[in-house]
Amino acid sequence: MTRFTPWLFVAALATVPLWMNDYYYLHVLITTGIFIIAAMSLNLLLGYTGQLSLGHVAFFGIGAYTSALVSLGFKVHIAPDTVVSLSPKPVWFAILCAIVVTGIVGYSIGKLSFRVRGAYFVIVSISFAEVVRLVALNWLELTQGPMALNSIPALTLGFGDYTISFLRKPQFFYLMLVMAVVSYLIVARLVNSRAGRAMIALRENESLAMSVGIDVTRYLVLATVVSAAIAGMAGALYTHYIRIVDPNIFLFIYTVTMVIMVVTGGKGTLAGPIVGGVVFGIVPEVLRGMKIVPEVQWIVYGVLMIAIVYFLPEGIVPAVQRALASGRRAFAGLTILTESKAEEK
Amino acid sequence: MNQLLQHLLNAVILGGTYALLGIGLTLIFGIMRVVNFTHGELYAFGAYCMYALVMRLGFDFFASLLLAVALGALVGAVIELVLLSRLRRADIDTTMLVMIGAWIIMQNAEQLIWSGVALSITSPFPSNPLVLGPASVSWTRVYVFVVALLLIAGTYFLINRTKLGKAMRATFQDRDTAALMGIRIDRIHTATFAIGSSLAAAAGALLGPVFVVQPTMGDLAAAKAFAVVILGGMGSVPGATIGGFVLAFAEELGAGYISSGYRDAMGFVLIILILLVRPTGLFARKERIG
Repeated sequence: MTRFTPWLFVAALATVPLWMNDYYYLHVLITTGIFIIAAMSLNLLLGYTGQLSLGHVAFFGIGAYTSALVSLGFKVHIAPDTVVSLSPKPVWFAILCAIVVTGIVGYSIGKLSFRVRGAYFVIVSISFAEVVRLVALNWLELTQGPMALNSIPALTLGFGDYTISFLRKPQFFYLMLVMAVVSYLIVARLVNSRAGRAMIALRENESLAMSVGIDVTRYLVLATVVSAAIAGMAGALYTHYIRIVDPNIFLFIYTVTMVIMVVTGGKGTLAGPIVGGVVFGIVPEVLRGMKIVPEVQWIVYGVLMIAIVYFLPEGIVPAVQRALASGRRAFAGLTILTESKAEEK
Repeated sequence: MNQLLQHLLNAVILGGTYALLGIGLTLIFGIMRVVNFTHGELYAFGAYCMYALVMRLGFDFFASLLLAVALGALVGAVIELVLLSRLRRADIDTTMLVMIGAWIIMQNAEQLIWSGVALSITSPFPSNPLVLGPASVSWTRVYVFVVALLLIAGTYFLINRTKLGKAMRATFQDRDTAALMGIRIDRIHTATFAIGSSLAAAAGALLGPVFVVQPTMGDLAAAKAFAVVILGGMGSVPGATIGGFVLAFAEELGAGYISSGYRDAMGFVLIILILLVRPTGLFARKERIG
């Protein structure tokens, strides 16, 4: 495993649209990739600061709605005679807005919910996602409620005379890949910095971290802001890919999917959400291929989740790392043994 | 004014079931330190039991209620023995993940068995409402309220007056010391989970005939139960009782005077407000941060 391995992986992925002619599989890869981005952002909170946030889908959904609304334009009455309106804006600008808005939401939610820890924090985070869902369902003037926001424009970028449209799947695949790499690099840069070490310290022992002068709340809020902004970006990508968004985007089951991805892959490892995401992007397809009804598919998810907690509590990546390390050690031990025998002779 | 009276009456009736749901959840959290995501599914289980027994098998309405409660306790005990007993020393996040897995399995199993169609249970009560001055309430809801109060009283009796209750309280205060005093912690945990589950199943069996029975009914019930428990402070049974009524009043008045679309948001808004104003909860005595 060298430092080039991740780049080889990215390069291999970049060739996929060249030989993959089945658009269905490309679609599966794109949605899996978007969920992996969201899972990477969740990993920052769940894996590195150790806070089980079960409201993560709220950031994803807020990003999706913000980007959709900015690109479509909207007009709402805040008071009976006060109207706030916005004309349609370019999609790249809408995605930027989504990132900024979710970052701000992350800041306020972090400030509020990190007054509590453990089970309380979990329930607060669920409550937050549920309130957002109910707002999306009931604020008809802004969100169209269950009627959904339709015909959301796809992203187009222009460089002088040359324009690229990310309407078709191969182009969108590259967009997703670039965004995933950028998100990965941001998370990697953060967790390997001083701030990242502070986060790990507070995960391991919060009172001890406090006693050495780490401003715990500050780092928790920082992690939430970055995590929310990345999740919001993933949501914005999703909305311009699927091109329709309704309140079901806030369903708890999507948070559960992200949590399963992180926990399966290995929380607190950079590769964990990617491995877990690939596994849980493929498992549903395998089950679908076996003509299994969605209910049974979910039951398999549930069983897998319990099985992982019992048998692989740290996740796939740490288990593989340990197996590799012990293999290497055994190999090293063998060499020393044979060398000493040779000396004896 | 008449409208207000009607809202207040509705809130009292609703509060009984919320309290019932909250007490079951708070007992399990307080004694076992488990955030029970299957609570809502046991509520749904109670309602489906009622449907199966009354509508399919033609059992007596009240006997079915008792049977549903007993079956709820049994399912709870099985969940505890199969899934949780091995995770006794695990941290709270681990058990939470397991309970989320169990919740997904149970809800989809219900969907698979009963399909997503909403089912209704006919109740043996007269359809004309009980009129109390300007306000009125259906007889079925009166029955729900009375039985809920009886079950709450029963739970108080169990916790405060019986040997099992004493052992449960001891375990709540200090698990290790309780074990040293000869209390079988494993049995207390199983009993607690069974009791909490049976209360959830009872709530489902009571409300099944009032609303319709469908697989996702548990999610909303679980959300309300969580709100009640946060309001009252986790692990506090009196807190959950009061919290149940507080939530019911907030919902009724919120739905009546603000917007009915946000009825189900009231609980969450209350939680967020409480955390802003008083992070230690309304009735919690102990420090909740940790």
